[in-house]
Amino acid sequence: MEGFLELLQNPQYNVLAAFGMTLVLTILSAIGALILGLIVAVLRVSPVGILRMFGGLYVTLIRNTPLTLIVVLCGFGLLNLMGVRLLPASAPLAWQNIAWAVVALSVYHATFVAEAIRSGINTVPVGQAEAARAIGLNFGQTLGQVVLPQAFRGAIAPLGNTLIALTKNTTVCAAIGIAEASFMMRNMIEFNPNYIFAIFAIVAIGFVILTLPPGLVFTHYSRKLTVQR
Amino acid sequence: MTLGDQETATAPKAKDLVVLKDVNKHFGPLHVLQNINLSIGRGEVIVVVGPSGSGKSTLCRTINRLETIDSGEIRIDGKVLPSEGAALAKLRADVGMVFQSFNLFAHKSVRDNVTLGPRKVRKLSAAAAKEKAEKLLDRVGVGNQADKYPAQLSGGQQQRVAIARALAMDPKVMLFDEPTSALDPEMVNEVLDVMVDLARGGMTMVVVTHEMGFARKAADRVVFMADGQIVEENDPDSFFDAPQSARAKDFLSKILHH
Repeated sequence: MEGFLELLQNPQYNVLAAFGMTLVLTILSAIGALILGLIVAVLRVSPVGILRMFGGLYVTLIRNTPLTLIVVLCGFGLLNLMGVRLLPASAPLAWQNIAWAVVALSVYHATFVAEAIRSGINTVPVGQAEAARAIGLNFGQTLGQVVLPQAFRGAIAPLGNTLIALTKNTTVCAAIGIAEASFMMRNMIEFNPNYIFAIFAIVAIGFVILTLPPGLVFTHYSRKLTVQR
Repeated sequence: MTLGDQETATAPKAKDLVVLKDVNKHFGPLHVLQNINLSIGRGEVIVVVGPSGSGKSTLCRTINRLETIDSGEIRIDGKVLPSEGAALAKLRADVGMVFQSFNLFAHKSVRDNVTLGPRKVRKLSAAAAKEKAEKLLDRVGVGNQADKYPAQLSGGQQQRVAIARALAMDPKVMLFDEPTSALDPEMVNEVLDVMVDLARGGMTMVVVTHEMGFARKAADRVVFMADGQIVEENDPDSFFDAPQSARAKDFLSKILHH
């Protein structure tokens, strides 16, 4: 046990910093996925056939691709091999790597966000949109003022699930060498295999701490904000 | 050949507000609107009656293009109904619609239901829209419910709010698609009273309803539809007391005698 505490204090394995990276990846990707997912959901309900098709194609294609593939494609393929940089060239390579990881996570989880929002849209009775159009609102206003505010309330629970999945899926970024929690775990185990269960426990507890509060908050609001009909 | 073609009394006049000309619509193999010709003058109150499935709701919904038509032409205030886009939205703002199932915005308060259109479409200031909404809500008798949400109101109250929401756009014509069919019987009259007031106030109205009492009291003309056609149109007294067509006689005999 003493040896394990010593291990935790070893500056080489900074548990807090690793979980900090997990948190950064989660927050940035959640924002990215929400924006992109909203756009895709709107495409999927748009009155223009070709846009609907594009939205459907995006969801089918990306959702059925393993996340590891997307992350590796972005990190190794686009950044290392092709040299495509998302940040200014002066930014350190580690940051360039993180930027691509955020893009990969956003692109992947946007499909789940889009489906959550679309299922939320499907819970809004068609009469709501008809009434909005009948008072002269255009497509954007009908969506923004009437349909989406109600759709989001119906989508809160599945969106919460997606956020929790995203938090845990950030571990895939270890594949391109980003120093998040599971990357740290692998290093710790490699050099201290005798503490393998204690290390597992620390990382598992860390993820529970990260995912439990959002889970509770989302459940609370999905109940509280239910639209009364 | 349909009766609509022969009917000289309904030949469109230049100043008519709503003119439907040779309108056809199919739902798959079902020909729901067959060569509909109908002209509605300014301030006129038209009540559309007929058995279920006769196409009367569809007719009502085509007038603000919630249903598209396959052929023919619909003009409102002289302008052909645009097929989509900003022009259609602009026209819909001038055509008020009241639905069978109220369709109040469930996530907005009663007041916000009424102010949404004026603010977003007519670009009224929040204060002006609020003042207007409160005036209209008072007029339909639900002024004290402005802060509640639709689900907290009775059906009759919700429908009166829906009428206020449509009126807030200062529409040229109001469409009512079976406005009392979803209401408990004791709430029907509170809604019909508001509609009678509107009719007396000179509003142009197209009302699809089963309320024959309302038709007698408020209609300038009764349009009887069956199987997608306008079978008969006449002033209410003539229609109810001396229907001409066999279909209308049959329909009235089934609903009036009990």
